[in-house]
Amino acid sequence: MEISVTVNGVQHTHDVEPRTLLVQYIREQLGLTGTNIGCDTSSCGACTVHLNGESVKSCTVLAVQADGAEITTIEGLASDGQLHPMQQAFMEHHGLQCGYCTPGMVMAAVSLLKENPHPTEQDVRIGLEGNLCRCTGYHNIVKAVLAAANA
Amino acid sequence: MTATATSDAPTGVIGQRLLRREDPALLTGEARYTNDLAVPGALHMAVVRSPYAHARIVSIDTSAAREIPGVVAVYTGEDLADAWAAPMPCAWPVTEDMKSPAHYPLARGKVCYVGDGVAVVLAETEAAARDAVDAVVVEYDPLPAVVDPEDARSDRVVIHEELGTNTSYTWSLKVEGTEGQIDRAFAEAAYTVSERYVQQRLIPMAMEPRAVVAVPQPFGGDITLYSATQVPHILKIMSALTLGIPEHQVRVVAPAVGGGFGSKLNVYAEELLCMALARRHHVPVRWNETRSENAQATIQGRGQIQHIELAADADGKLTALRVRLTGDMGAYLQLVTPGIPLLGAFLYAGVYDLPQAYDFECTSVFTTMTPTDAYRGAGRPEATYAIERAMDALARKMGIDPLELRRRNYIPADQFPYTAWSGLVYDSGNHEAAAAKAAELVGYEELRARQRQQNVPGATKRLGIGISSYFEMCGLAPSRVLASLNYSAGGWEAATVRVLPTAKVQVVTGTSPHGQGHETAWSMIVADKLGISPDDVDVLHSDTAIAPLGLDTYGSRSLPVGGVAIAMACDKVIDKAKQIAAHQLEANPDDLEFEGGAFRVKGSPDRTIPLAAIAFEAFTAHDLPDGLEPNLEASVTYDPPNFSWPFGTHMCVVEVDTETGAVDVLKYVAVDDCGVQINPLIVDGQVHGGVVQGLAQALFEEAVYDSEGNLKTSTLADYLVPAASDVPPITLDHTVTPSPTNPLGVKGIGEAGTIGAAPAVINAIVDALADLGVRDVPMPASPYNVWRAIQDASARASGTAGTDLGDHPGATARTTTASSEDVTTDGGQP
Repeated sequence: MEISVTVNGVQHTHDVEPRTLLVQYIREQLGLTGTNIGCDTSSCGACTVHLNGESVKSCTVLAVQADGAEITTIEGLASDGQLHPMQQAFMEHHGLQCGYCTPGMVMAAVSLLKENPHPTEQDVRIGLEGNLCRCTGYHNIVKAVLAAANA
Repeated sequence: MTATATSDAPTGVIGQRLLRREDPALLTGEARYTNDLAVPGALHMAVVRSPYAHARIVSIDTSAAREIPGVVAVYTGEDLADAWAAPMPCAWPVTEDMKSPAHYPLARGKVCYVGDGVAVVLAETEAAARDAVDAVVVEYDPLPAVVDPEDARSDRVVIHEELGTNTSYTWSLKVEGTEGQIDRAFAEAAYTVSERYVQQRLIPMAMEPRAVVAVPQPFGGDITLYSATQVPHILKIMSALTLGIPEHQVRVVAPAVGGGFGSKLNVYAEELLCMALARRHHVPVRWNETRSENAQATIQGRGQIQHIELAADADGKLTALRVRLTGDMGAYLQLVTPGIPLLGAFLYAGVYDLPQAYDFECTSVFTTMTPTDAYRGAGRPEATYAIERAMDALARKMGIDPLELRRRNYIPADQFPYTAWSGLVYDSGNHEAAAAKAAELVGYEELRARQRQQNVPGATKRLGIGISSYFEMCGLAPSRVLASLNYSAGGWEAATVRVLPTAKVQVVTGTSPHGQGHETAWSMIVADKLGISPDDVDVLHSDTAIAPLGLDTYGSRSLPVGGVAIAMACDKVIDKAKQIAAHQLEANPDDLEFEGGAFRVKGSPDRTIPLAAIAFEAFTAHDLPDGLEPNLEASVTYDPPNFSWPFGTHMCVVEVDTETGAVDVLKYVAVDDCGVQINPLIVDGQVHGGVVQGLAQALFEEAVYDSEGNLKTSTLADYLVPAASDVPPITLDHTVTPSPTNPLGVKGIGEAGTIGAAPAVINAIVDALADLGVRDVPMPASPYNVWRAIQDASARASGTAGTDLGDHPGATARTTTASSEDVTTDGGQP
C-alpha cells in the first residue's frame, strides 16, 4: 500500500507491506535509527514518536495508519545544532546513561509538558510510566523533566 | 561539545560534575547501536527455539520453511556439526572435577530449556526469516522438567545423561584459626541464627536486546563481528577458538551498547552462528533479538538457595559463620556461570570483624531453565543479602536495635588495611562513619520513636526501617587471585596515552563502556595528569582493531583497573616528555617540575616549555635526545595488587499495609564510599540506577517458571521492570575514604547500589511486620507475598497452620517459582 507521511518536516511517499509497523517504516525505510525498539509488547516506550503532535509508541501503529500524518522523531527535535530544551535538561541532569531508552523518553517527556506544563514530581513519574529505563533509576530523568518545565 | 560543569565544581578537574560528552549523540539519535548499522547485502538470521524445557528432538522438517520467498537456507544443529572447533566456552572451571556438558550453538539430539536453539533460518529480510521460523516443524519427545535446584540435587531426573548427575560441582572454603573452632563457636554461642533465603531468578533486561552483525571478507578470510557486547576482547579470543579462526583474523566491535548489567558479558550462540554462517555464505549475516527471545536466550541472574548460620557471644559479637548454597546454573554453563557463587563466597561475613571461623560450601546444579550467569553484582548482592538479613534476625533474637548490633561488629576504622579471616586485605573503610551519616540522613532515632507509636496492636499501616551495610569486592581482579580461583584469564587492563603533534591526546582503553560514561571520566583523568582540558582528549575503545588489548567492562573494574592504567600511562608520557624538555632547556631532568601542562626548571620560573611544544618536537624529531624514539606515547598494562573494596550503608523506610500487603517505600537513603570520585555526577547516576535494580529484585522482579519449565514472564508486560511511578526518589550522600592500593585512590561504584538495596528493603518490610511474627518475606515482596507472609505468621501464632487463609484482596496474585519458600523461621537456639 502506498502511504505519504511528513517526517521531521520532510514528505515521504512509499509502498509498504500492510503489516509494517510504523517503527519499522521509520527505521528501515527512512533510515532514521534514533527511534529504538526495546520490546515486542508495547511495554517499554523506546520507540515513542510524535504523531500529529501526540506521543505514540510507534510499535503499536501500523505504517498505513500514519498515512497523511505529521511525524516527529528524535532526529527532528534539535534544530540548528542546538539541543531541544528537553534534550539539554537530560544532559545537564544526567538523565541518561546507555541512551537506549532516551529518544523515546525525551519524546514522551516533551509531550508530557505540552499536556501539563507545570507538573509535580508525581505527575512526571506517572506521566512517564509507559517508558522504561534500566540505567538511571529514573531519579535524574524526573529531575530533568522538572527542570525543563521550569526553564 | 564544550565541557561544562555544574556550579558546585571544585577547582581541579578530578571531582568536577562534568557533563558527559557521550550525551549529545545519544540524545539526538545520532548514536549507532548494532541494530542501527546499515550493512548492504546482509542476510537476516532467526532462531528456531525449543518450546519444551527438556525433550528429545525426534525430527526436524525444514522443507516448508525453505519454500518461503526470500529464505536462503535453513540449518539444524546436525547440519552445522562441523562448523565448530570447540564447544562454547566456560572460562571458569571452578574445581578440577567440575562437570560441564559440551554446549554447542544449536542443540543436537535433545533440548534442555525453553529457548534452546534447534535450527536457524537465513533470509533476505527479517520478516521472511521470522515467517520461516514458524514454518520449521520440530517433533519433540518431552522429558520431565527440573525447575527446583534442590530437587535437581536428588538426580531424580538427570538432565545431561553423559554426566551421570545434575551436580556440576561442590566448592568449599573453610577457614579456622584452630581446628574445631567453628563447631566450638556454635556450641558455645550465646546466640545463633539459622536462616534460609531464596535468591529468585532475575532477567537482566538491558533496554537494548542483543544484536549481532558478522561481516566476512571472503577473499582474505578475515571477519568483523559487531555485537551488543560488554566484552569485545574476550569475545574475539573465544570466537576465534570456538570457530577455529586464527585470532588475528577476527575483529570485534562493540558499537553503542544499550546497557549490559552482566547480560552482555558472555559469548553467545547467536554471535558464533552469525560468524559461521557469514563465512559459509560469504555475505554479512545479522541477527536482532526480540525481547521475548531475550528473556529466554540471554542469561538470567541470581538463582541461589542460601542457608546461613551465625554464632554470636552474649554481646552479639560474631564468633563463627556457616553458609551452604545451592546454585542454579540452568541448562548449561555459559562464560562464567559456575564462578558467580564464588564471587560472593568471600563476602558472607560482610563488613564485620569475624574471627577465623568461616565455613562456606556451594553445590551448583543443572536445571532445565535458561543458563544463569553474571547479573549486576554477581554473587555479591546474594552474599550481602544473606548476612544483612541474618544480622537483623540476630538483633531480633537478642532484642536489640539492628543498628546497634552492627556497630558492635563493624571492623573498626583504625584497623584498615584489615586482613580478613580469608587472608584478603580490605584496603580501606570506615563503616561507622557511613552508617552514622545514613542514620542522620534518614532520621533514624525519630523514626524508631515514630514506629513505636505507629505499630500498635491492630495497626494496619506499619512502619519499618531496614539497614544494609555492605562491602563490595570489586575491581576484578588481581590475576594471581583469579588463578587461585581457577579462572581462565587475568584481571589486568591496558591503556595507551598518545600525545598527537598538535598536543591533542588520544587515549586507547581496553574497557568497553555501555552507559558508564568512560569517555568523559577517562578524559578527566588525562586532563588532570597532563594539565590540559578534557576537551582536548579523545577516548578510543570497544574495537579490537583500535584497542587490541583489554579485558573489558564488568565487576566494577573499569575505573580501579582501567582508569588507573590510564593514569599510569600518563605518568610514563610525562617521564618521556621530561627527557625531551630537559634536552630543550639544557637542564638535568631531575631539576624539572611538571605543572599546569608545562615543564619548568625548579627555581628558574622563566625557563619553561609547554607540553604542546614537546609534542611537536617529538613529531618532527629534529632535535631529540640521543636514542629517544620519536613519539610521545606510552602504554601500560596494569594488574591490580588487590581488589578494591567500596562500602556503605543504605537505609530504607517502608510502610506496609497489612490488609493488602502493599509496600510503600517512604524513603531510601544511600551513603556510599567509593574512595576518590572522578566525576560525582556519574557516581550518583550509578548509585541511583543500582539501587533501583536492587529494589526491583526486592519488590518486583522474578523470572517465574511453571513446573513444566515454561517461562511465564517472557515479556516486559509480565516481567515487572519498575517504571518511574513504581520507585521512590533516592537520597544520596557519600563518605570519601581513598583506596591506598592505587595512585588515584579510587574504587568501583557500578554495582554498589544493587548490592546494598535488596537487603535494606526486605529488612524494612520484615521490621514493619516483626510484631506480627513475620520473620521472612520472599522476594519479590509483592503484595501477595507480603500478605501471605502475614497470614502464615498469624496462623502459626494461633497454632492453626494449614487453615484456610481466605482470599487476598488483590486479584493480581502471582505464582512464585517452585523453589520459592514463603516463610522461614529463624530457628536456631532460644
